[in-house]
Amino acid sequence: MDEILEALSNDARITPQELSKLTGKSLAAVKSDIKKYEKKGVIVKYKAVINNDLLDDSKPKVRALIEVSIVPQKDVGFDRIAERIYSFDEVISCSLVSGTYDLLVIVEGDNIQTVSNFIASKLSPMEHVRGTATHFLLKKYKEDGQILKKKRKMARLNISY
Amino acid sequence: MEFKISKKVEEMQPSGIRAFFDLVLGMKDVISLGVGEPDFVSPWNVREKAIYSLEQGYTSYTSNKGMPELRKQISSFLKKRYSLSYGWDDEVLITAGVSEGLDLVMRTILNPGDKVLIPEPSYVSYGPVVSLTGGVPIFIETSVKNDFKVTPKQISDKCGKGVKAILFNYPCNPTGASYTKKELKEIASVVKKHNLLVISDEVYDELTYDFDHTAFPSLKDMKNRTIYLNGVSKSYAMTGFRIGWAVGPKKIIAGMTKIHQYTMLCTSINSQIAASEALKNGFNSVQFMKREYQRRRRYIVDALNDIGLECHCPQGTFYVFPSIKSTKQKSIDFAKNLLKSKKVALVPGVAFGKSCEGHVRISYASSYEDLKEAIFRIQSYLKKI
Repeated sequence: MDEILEALSNDARITPQELSKLTGKSLAAVKSDIKKYEKKGVIVKYKAVINNDLLDDSKPKVRALIEVSIVPQKDVGFDRIAERIYSFDEVISCSLVSGTYDLLVIVEGDNIQTVSNFIASKLSPMEHVRGTATHFLLKKYKEDGQILKKKRKMARLNISY
Repeated sequence: MEFKISKKVEEMQPSGIRAFFDLVLGMKDVISLGVGEPDFVSPWNVREKAIYSLEQGYTSYTSNKGMPELRKQISSFLKKRYSLSYGWDDEVLITAGVSEGLDLVMRTILNPGDKVLIPEPSYVSYGPVVSLTGGVPIFIETSVKNDFKVTPKQISDKCGKGVKAILFNYPCNPTGASYTKKELKEIASVVKKHNLLVISDEVYDELTYDFDHTAFPSLKDMKNRTIYLNGVSKSYAMTGFRIGWAVGPKKIIAGMTKIHQYTMLCTSINSQIAASEALKNGFNSVQFMKREYQRRRRYIVDALNDIGLECHCPQGTFYVFPSIKSTKQKSIDFAKNLLKSKKVALVPGVAFGKSCEGHVRISYASSYEDLKEAIFRIQSYLKKI
């Protein structure tokens, strides 16, 4: 991966000035690279990884991982039906996978009922959807390569040769 | 009645540095740029393997020389990486880090009075391990003018009666200086001319940034006169596992093994298993860490120069060795004052040799956030004096 992308995927708040210092590229080159990546869609967006479990939220959101089996359509394969599914706001992630089912869909809702309703009223009855299996997520340990538990401080001595 | 300890040990230098270290270790909330080890924890696959080895009941001694599997891996790693052919059974010895390897090699090759050339700045143990055996360290001062590199002429000038070996370390702790293949070839020709043994400490080899690292024994005619020392500490962030290796001519390795079997017996079996896993599956982790260090190096060199501490750009390691001459302070005073007033720790240059006054060693094996904060604090300290 390009150095700029590697640094940004680790810390999206890093400034072009800092990136220029860290990579040895000129500020102008860094800015133009970032623009290029944004335009091309390589950089999709800049976001924070949030550990919802630690939020003082009286109404925590509920997530479910849904295995969806579908019948591929002529000419467009799985893409069209995938688009119909991922266009719902409730769907936060959607991927085509190999194995015993076809789409892996992650859905978020205010509670179990809203998620269940979404599945029962929107997803399952959809044309070409053969079946679904739903797993509610209980606890998140790691997301986007980031371990959510707070890291313990390293036991290094403050000074050594 | 008070018993006296050995004269040689008594003469060993703890110096003012020790007191400074104690001061740092006793202080809280310090941002430390004084650490001689990676800020990464060992890769998980390595740690997991070590844990599993305990679960499996691997708690015994190993062969004195080290587990055959690990020695075979080192032999084939050197073949792949540097086209070097070493017999795993009689030319490879597993040691407790490069530090033990260094001690063993000195005790194996030196008779009292034998001289060993050591380019300075040098790692802190080099002088003492030579002296402990009754050998005589002869330091060769290098300077920032030469990017802290020793020249063939300097080596030649110091060669004479009783000079048996040169102890070489590149990339170098504390300066980060390293040598291109061309430079090494020139040094090799002087080494050959004066019939020197070479002890080559290349523990930072994987942390070379501007060109490919060349292993000293891979140079023409150097294999039979070089003891090559390396280990997993720096490249794989495994300092606490204490695994290094010495590779070289059979006779010398056999001699080192004799001492090792009576003093160390063998290194920890779990550490050896972990090291084996690192060599087998650790390449990506090394590359990841190297890229990270490389970015920090660019940042720290520019930042130090920007705030008025002249700093050359080193080719390797995770250290820089800037000059503090502009402050007109001695390096130990500078380090103490900075620690007391701004809670930033670094290592005074004098720790690495008398000629290193006027410099400090800064380790950039710290998070980018810590480096930024440390630079900010150093800058505000400089403004006050």
